[in-house]
Amino acid sequence: MSTIHNVKKVIILGSSALKIGEAGEFDYSGSQCIKALKEEGIQTILINPNIATIQTSEHLADQVYFLPVTPYFVEKVIAKEAPDGILLSFGGQTALNCGLKLEETGILAKYNVKVLGTQVKAIKETEDRQLFVERLKEVNAICPRSEAAETVESALRIASEIGYPVMVRIAYALGGLGSGVCHTEEALREKAQKALAYTPQILVEEYLKGWKEVEYEVVRDKYDNCITVCNMENFDPLGIHTGESIVVAPSQTLSNREYHMLREIAIRVIRHLGIQGECNIQYALDPYSEQYRIIEVNARLSRSSALASKATGYPLAFVAAKLSLGYGLFELPNSITRVTKAFFEPALDYCVVKIPRWDLKKFTKVARRIGSSMKSVGEVMSIGRTFEEALQKALRMLEIGAKGLVANTKWTFEDIEKELSEPTDERIFAIVEGMKAGMTVDHIHSLTHIDKWFLHRVAHVVDIRNRIVEANTTKLPVDLLKEAKRSGFSDEQIAILSKTTEEYVREYRRKSGIRPFVRQIDTLGAEYPAQTNYLYLSYHGDKDDIDFPEINTVIVLGSGSYRIGCSVEFDWCCVNAARSLRQMGFSTAMINYNPETVSTDYDESDKLFFDEINLETVSEIYDKLNPLGIIISMGGQIPNNLATKFQKFGLKVLGTSPESIDAAENRQKFSNMLDELKIDQPKWKELKGLDEAKAFAAAVGYPVLVRPSYVLSGAAMAVATTDSELETFLNKAVDVSSEHPVVISKYLENAKEIEYDAVARDGEIVIDAISEHVENAGVHSGDATLVLPPQRTYLETIRQIRRISAKISRRLHINGPFNIQFIAKNNEVKVIECNLRASRSFPFVSKILGTNFIDLATKVIVGKKVQPVDNPLFDLDFVGVKAPQFSFTRLEGADPTVGVEMASTGEVACLGADFDEAFLKSLLSVGYRLPIKAVLLSSGTLPSKVELLESCRLMNKMEIKLYATHGTAAFLRENGVTVEELNWPLEKTTPNTLDVIKQGKVDLVINLPKNYQEEELTNDYLIRRAAVDFNVPLITNRQIAARLIEALSRTSLEKLQIKSWNEYK
Amino acid sequence: MTQSMKKARLALQDGSVYGGFSFGHEGPVAGEVVFNTGMVGYPETFTDPSYAGQILVLTYPMIGNYGIPRAVPNCEIGLPYESDRIQIAGLIVTDYSTEFSHWDALGDLASWLKESKVPALTGVDTRSLTKELRERGTMLGKIVLEGGADVPYVDPNKDNLVAQVSPREVKKYGVGNKRKVVMVDCGAKNNIIGELVARDMEVTRVPWDANLEGMEMDGVMISNGPGDPKQCAATVHQIRRLIARKVPTFGICLGHQLLALAIGADTYKLKYGHRSQNQPVREEGTNRCLVTSQNHGFAVDAKALPDGWVPWFTNLNDGTNEGIRHESLPIRSAQFHPEAAPGPVDANYLFDQFVEMIDGAKK
Repeated sequence: MSTIHNVKKVIILGSSALKIGEAGEFDYSGSQCIKALKEEGIQTILINPNIATIQTSEHLADQVYFLPVTPYFVEKVIAKEAPDGILLSFGGQTALNCGLKLEETGILAKYNVKVLGTQVKAIKETEDRQLFVERLKEVNAICPRSEAAETVESALRIASEIGYPVMVRIAYALGGLGSGVCHTEEALREKAQKALAYTPQILVEEYLKGWKEVEYEVVRDKYDNCITVCNMENFDPLGIHTGESIVVAPSQTLSNREYHMLREIAIRVIRHLGIQGECNIQYALDPYSEQYRIIEVNARLSRSSALASKATGYPLAFVAAKLSLGYGLFELPNSITRVTKAFFEPALDYCVVKIPRWDLKKFTKVARRIGSSMKSVGEVMSIGRTFEEALQKALRMLEIGAKGLVANTKWTFEDIEKELSEPTDERIFAIVEGMKAGMTVDHIHSLTHIDKWFLHRVAHVVDIRNRIVEANTTKLPVDLLKEAKRSGFSDEQIAILSKTTEEYVREYRRKSGIRPFVRQIDTLGAEYPAQTNYLYLSYHGDKDDIDFPEINTVIVLGSGSYRIGCSVEFDWCCVNAARSLRQMGFSTAMINYNPETVSTDYDESDKLFFDEINLETVSEIYDKLNPLGIIISMGGQIPNNLATKFQKFGLKVLGTSPESIDAAENRQKFSNMLDELKIDQPKWKELKGLDEAKAFAAAVGYPVLVRPSYVLSGAAMAVATTDSELETFLNKAVDVSSEHPVVISKYLENAKEIEYDAVARDGEIVIDAISEHVENAGVHSGDATLVLPPQRTYLETIRQIRRISAKISRRLHINGPFNIQFIAKNNEVKVIECNLRASRSFPFVSKILGTNFIDLATKVIVGKKVQPVDNPLFDLDFVGVKAPQFSFTRLEGADPTVGVEMASTGEVACLGADFDEAFLKSLLSVGYRLPIKAVLLSSGTLPSKVELLESCRLMNKMEIKLYATHGTAAFLRENGVTVEELNWPLEKTTPNTLDVIKQGKVDLVINLPKNYQEEELTNDYLIRRAAVDFNVPLITNRQIAARLIEALSRTSLEKLQIKSWNEYK
Repeated sequence: MTQSMKKARLALQDGSVYGGFSFGHEGPVAGEVVFNTGMVGYPETFTDPSYAGQILVLTYPMIGNYGIPRAVPNCEIGLPYESDRIQIAGLIVTDYSTEFSHWDALGDLASWLKESKVPALTGVDTRSLTKELRERGTMLGKIVLEGGADVPYVDPNKDNLVAQVSPREVKKYGVGNKRKVVMVDCGAKNNIIGELVARDMEVTRVPWDANLEGMEMDGVMISNGPGDPKQCAATVHQIRRLIARKVPTFGICLGHQLLALAIGADTYKLKYGHRSQNQPVREEGTNRCLVTSQNHGFAVDAKALPDGWVPWFTNLNDGTNEGIRHESLPIRSAQFHPEAAPGPVDANYLFDQFVEMIDGAKK
């Protein structure tokens, strides 16, 4: 390609850890961007501490910096690397905000770094609401009536002018942070106060209840050529954040006039703003006229653009990167057809449905209602030829226990009308329940404002359900069965409704000649042939779009939606497995349905099936592909759980045998095996009744750990310290997983937790890695801070761990990746858990140790010989620290503590010459800030007060001002530490802890909870929540607090080295 | 939803058969089977006279979602839709929406098709059908109901379709407006008239074969229309005389092909035509690209344009000609539809250029 650009070295800012509002979609966009730049021979420098991403892989950027994406660190990298360009729009709001600061402070000018693509002026015009409204007015584009307020008082004045209810929006925010509807003056006052703590400006605007929400993805090149790649319509009308809505592409209820009116306005606005690259424009559209309002423009790649890319097959991020270099759209090829150009608008011949994935039940005290702030942690996307087909698929993909729209037993509602008018994450099921109870579409529409077209389609599914139930036979009429399958019913759903088994329905269906067909996404509605195999299954059709020649195909199952406990790390594993397979000459078929991933890029595998990961769908694909087998050990727990089923139905599982997987997953079997092997484990028992559980607890002594088997991320795990707590948690655990037994075990206090990640071949270890937790046992491994190589673990402990692991591996004859979690106290080592699949720490250990564990594992799985790798664990002259990212800010009311149930949404990892350096960099990457001049302390129980004493003395020495609550203050004074005493929040007297937090007088809050799970609204909760709400870094774990203070006493921000990954190798 | 519908099939000339259910007029029909990949705008599409004689396959699967709009005020002259009736001979979709929802809806699509005696099938594998048409080329086909009467295959392109859809009388729109323009109606879409009237033009709509000799006019519009341009020798003859008079001329779609024939260039049948709202074109000699709405089965061979004539636009997908213009005279034509309806309005500025051509010639 021609060199129409004049840049040689470009810095790309990543989006750091996954958090609510910024998930894996930016790994996809960043990776595509790097590919696009590399093709041009441009040197790429990536700054992103998210070590589990594909974009930070060895084969992509020339230099990777695992450093915080903050102006301080980015400036250091710029000074060192001397790039001539920077890209701000591929790393979400994090990168954009950082870029704006770099520009404002003159750093980009100082180092002569050019912003490529959309210029900062245009970005500012989209981010500053007042400017935005003014600019839009210039081209007669209409925004909601609104005004900016910088004080609470002016917000109240504006609201009284517009009239309540009003919508409050926040500038420079991601995922609608803190935005919301205020019905009263009181509500507005509270919201404005909170929001103005983060941002200098908020917007008070007219509230457009019930309006349709529609978005367009727009692309513009430097020649002023524009296209809209996709439009999308929200199932949920305005008032629910688009990240919280069910979204459909293309729009379903817009007429030609409406569709093209909004398209024309989009292009007019984007031209006027001068976007060069990609952007997203969101509209409100009156359901009773052609009136519209522009809600916002995002002048960067976004979650919506990732969705639009996957929905259409148009590689938005890749094209946007090329456009920012100066290409015209007509100069770039359409990468699917390869004969047409990138200047065109995709014609879909299918329907795409996105549904958010929430994990609200994982948090205590969190508000379940969904609205204008984002709470979901991931999403699924499904493809069908009808809305019903896609919607039912998507509901199953969520993996929340839904069989589809109907045949669920899980969702019952006491007050359906309330559930409909005050939506929670379960509204879609309330609609179905309402219809089953006889509510009309009109009635439901009046409560939800959801367009009747969508509701009629849901009603169609309910109607089919009723007909199946009424037929009252296992031998359903073939026409009805076909209609059901075409409307997205799974075999299991039909089985439940016709009171038979899934197996029977499958056989009967196949005998009746009803099979799905493979459909191809070609961007042009079949007008031109596609050169890529981007595929989905549909029951609408008479034949497959592609042929299936007998070749050596291997299926890799992806990880499904991002959720707590499953984030980009499994996508990294899947993508790497597919890469290895391709390098070995296998044909790869990926099955996954998460639009925020790299594994669902159609160029990462030979065939991409964007479809469900369950027995029914996988076996249909299996029958067509006739593959060598399926790899289930890369995508986390969803594929892993299918092992036994696959084996039962004759689908070959590659790698470790399903029997072994079951032996590790089944508590009883696993425990028996450990006893046989004489490996120690915490005492445990399977629950048969409450009394028995209480008796067990009495025997081993509280605290005890309650957990269901077969779960990831500790869903419904809890530590009970009393009989009544035990009773509460047991009830919760039974609710979460009724199919699998619940176990309780002795909970060990003050022990260390250690992660063992390894690959074995025929039971012999090929490579392993041992990482230690900074936190003591009790913090879920996904929320723990990991250190590699271990710094504080006895050599004898490490030896024991290796011995035990080798025994287990041999016994289970492991072929592939696995992970064991250990607990160690005084050189006594116990096994807590063992997973015969890749774990979330695989990318971390692979990148730190410089050996790709997944590549080795994949070779083992397909039977290739691999030599054991010498372990460099103790030869490394640097340390890696992996730290969790929490998103409590977004989860209004949630108690920001960590425990045995996982709560973090993402993670980062940084490198340093020693622990202190790597640890500090990691903390700075997840939102901690330096310098720390004042700290608020409440240090919990006496043992933890004692343990923190040394740290407090250090803080005194470092002249950090200490505030403390009564007990802590008294204890510290007695021990000679200078401290200022404050009153508890509930005392409501000054000087109060809450005031100190609200007024920004402290830089850090250290609050150590007294119990494992606090259910009541306590003083401690109020302190923790205030810290989160007022954006003050919070530590709730005493080891983290101690390590941070130690590190600060020995090093400082200025001493942190700016070194790329290559410089550590 | 298909429970109460009669089974029916689409048979193609090559012997292939696609099964489905009838939701329109319950009778047989034959025609040329073509596909359109547009995702919105079915009322506008169905009433476009260029579809006369054709059985239309829509590749977007769910159709009928927003019912039938009230008299769409898509042109100032107040006519509903792109003409006064459904022009397609038959309709093939994957999933007809029995329930519709729109504030502006007058009724449902099925009733309209029934009233208009247009047969329609739902439940058809339109993707496989479209691929067949793409690979083997546009074919003749027929819709036949199970147990119903059969009909023979009919090639509409052998007829003079333009003569069938063109109006018999002369009619004026925007009476009293500043610029006097004649529109040769070969099957014009209403929105063309709408765009002209909106630009202060008085439009005299004349039949396709009207004698324009001696008629006073500031400019002439040669409209779109159905079928093979070579059937319209009378129009080609009239256009030649207008060129000699140097009348500012703008041709759209069939009008473009007729202009090409008038200057001595040739036209040919495309394998499966362009029928969609996402056809990318580039203006020759510039970096300007447009997304256009198209509906044509024939194209102009731009390889041998006479002296003084140059290609104006070219299709970015397949390199076919999308417009021609004279190097000095105010005469030009576009293969795509600048009036959109349905489709994107990127090319709407071409009507402004027509105004400039007219005003420039007046000076």
